[in-house]
Amino acid sequence: MQRFLLRRFIIAIVTVMIVSVVIFIMSRAVGDPRALLLDDYSTMEDWDRMGAELGLDKPYYQQYGIFVKDALRGEFGESIQQGRPAMHIVLERLPATLQLATASFALSLLIGVPLGILSAVQRGSIIDQFGRGVALVGQSAPPFWLGIMLMFFFSVNLGWVPPFGREDPRGIILPAITLGWFYAAANLRLIRSAMLDVLDSEYIKLARAKGVSSQTVILKHALRNAVIPALTFAGVTLGALVTGSLVVETVFAWPGLGKLAVDALFGLDYALLQAVVIVFTLLYVAASFLVDVLYALIDPRIRYT
Amino acid sequence: MANQEFAEILVTRKPGLIDLSKVWHAARTWPILPVFLLSLVVISGVAAPWIAPHDPDRGVLQERNLPPFWSGATTASKTVADSVALEDQGRLISLRQAQLIDPQAVVGDQIEVVIQPGGSTKYLLGTDQLGRDLLSRIIYGARISLIVAAITLGVGGTIGVTLGLMAGWYGRWVDEFIMRLVDVMLSLPLILVALVLVVSLGQSFTIIVTVLCLFIWPRFARQVRGEVLLLKTKDYVALAKVSGASTQRILMIHIFPGTINTLIVVATLQVGIVILLESVLSFLGAGVPPPTAAWGSMVSDGRDRLAGFWWIATFPGLAIMLTVMSLNLFGDWLRDKLDPRLRQI
Repeated sequence: MQRFLLRRFIIAIVTVMIVSVVIFIMSRAVGDPRALLLDDYSTMEDWDRMGAELGLDKPYYQQYGIFVKDALRGEFGESIQQGRPAMHIVLERLPATLQLATASFALSLLIGVPLGILSAVQRGSIIDQFGRGVALVGQSAPPFWLGIMLMFFFSVNLGWVPPFGREDPRGIILPAITLGWFYAAANLRLIRSAMLDVLDSEYIKLARAKGVSSQTVILKHALRNAVIPALTFAGVTLGALVTGSLVVETVFAWPGLGKLAVDALFGLDYALLQAVVIVFTLLYVAASFLVDVLYALIDPRIRYT
Repeated sequence: MANQEFAEILVTRKPGLIDLSKVWHAARTWPILPVFLLSLVVISGVAAPWIAPHDPDRGVLQERNLPPFWSGATTASKTVADSVALEDQGRLISLRQAQLIDPQAVVGDQIEVVIQPGGSTKYLLGTDQLGRDLLSRIIYGARISLIVAAITLGVGGTIGVTLGLMAGWYGRWVDEFIMRLVDVMLSLPLILVALVLVVSLGQSFTIIVTVLCLFIWPRFARQVRGEVLLLKTKDYVALAKVSGASTQRILMIHIFPGTINTLIVVATLQVGIVILLESVLSFLGAGVPPPTAAWGSMVSDGRDRLAGFWWIATFPGLAIMLTVMSLNLFGDWLRDKLDPRLRQI
């Protein structure tokens, strides 16, 4: 277990480092920041002095070192658009994204798991057909389009829920459905196929032969084993929810990190962008690390594969 | 045997032109609809210049925002007035404009005015905000999706398969190194990285394809490695080794063919994801540079005009969904036929 943990931890660190290198290269590829910071009346001495201040006169590997040191302290400079430290803005926006991610994750479990079980138990029934429809749409519809269509029907045409924003508490419904549908579909498929396999196994037949009630067989004997693949996927899900929020937050003007990232990107606000990307990556990596560890605790076989 | 004879005696149906139950049965056993839709996409992509009715990039501004051919014109009844203030345009119409419609119109008349023209067969799916034909743009958009998917699969798939073969065959540190690389790649937030790259290096086709290759190779590598580990222990591989076959020969002739079934299934299912990702990047403004028609950016174009002109965003999105759906259905079918063990992906 310790070896597994260590290995998993190293992977997480390496991932964060790769992203930080990408961001560093990006920030240098864009051009010299002095061109933006200095005005037309500056002299060559000003240029050199500022270079020394910002550490631009040092070789690249040392500059990267400075970048990492600042990043570790959460210092990414000031946002050009808002004139405030980038990290402050990012932390302000974080709760909205976490709220949306939690809602979508809960939704994907609440829809995916029961529907998956029912589909497997009543194979070929109307419920199964319905479940397959839900899964197929969820896996095939591009999330941005799904969001736009939901918004069109339920906000613009029917006026049931506000089309965007976070002021009205009902505003979270559509973004959460849009983001959660894909993962609900994946959970449904995984649970369904795992349930079908498990229900076919010997120990289930034995349980049934002993006269255990159908409900107990399904919920106690079968589901416990069928849930493992879905759990593995949950790790990927948690992380990918973060990235999915980029699209959904843009569509629904949800004031979270995703929208912030896209705005910073197209407003060429590099300090802000660096901060967002790093926080996003940390969330992503931490989520998948956590779930991997949980998973290894639940199913010991994974540690050896 | 007896049952069969009875059945023949009892059920004497007139042989119809098309047996509906047979059609239904065929549709359930064979992926007819998905394959039909996919071939439609492929043909559109390959033969776009010949089948597209209009130039996808050149619009006629006088004919912008036209609805699809089946929707009629929207009219409203307005009162004719001498002069019309901007805020009264909803219910009033100026005398001069009214006389263009009905030369006898006088101030105070009620007159039917076409607010939005109806669709025509000239533009089957309507036009967008620049007067470009939506159908033609969707047909050309198929081309972009196909090219991106083909290159990504070709390059990313080859890298993935090669590394997967190496990892599985050599084992030890080679395996360890490649698989840890795979783990890192799989935990990288690639869309974010793609966006960052696009902003710092500029929108380009190469960046999208590179990012998608980075996305896809680890999935191939992981799958192929697993297969190689199984195949490696087979007797015929040992025999090939004993008879002095080179490593390259063993890998290419004895092991690689054994992984093809898996590869086909993984490839079909991954193409759907690649097409989806490409559309997401295009939607976020980081896709193939405009004015090239890509499905994702077309949805993005129509997004703000949804209330009045719903078709601009709806049809390209529908094209993405149907394509990916067909790929998924076809992939599922292939998997069940070729390799039921893969049910979990």
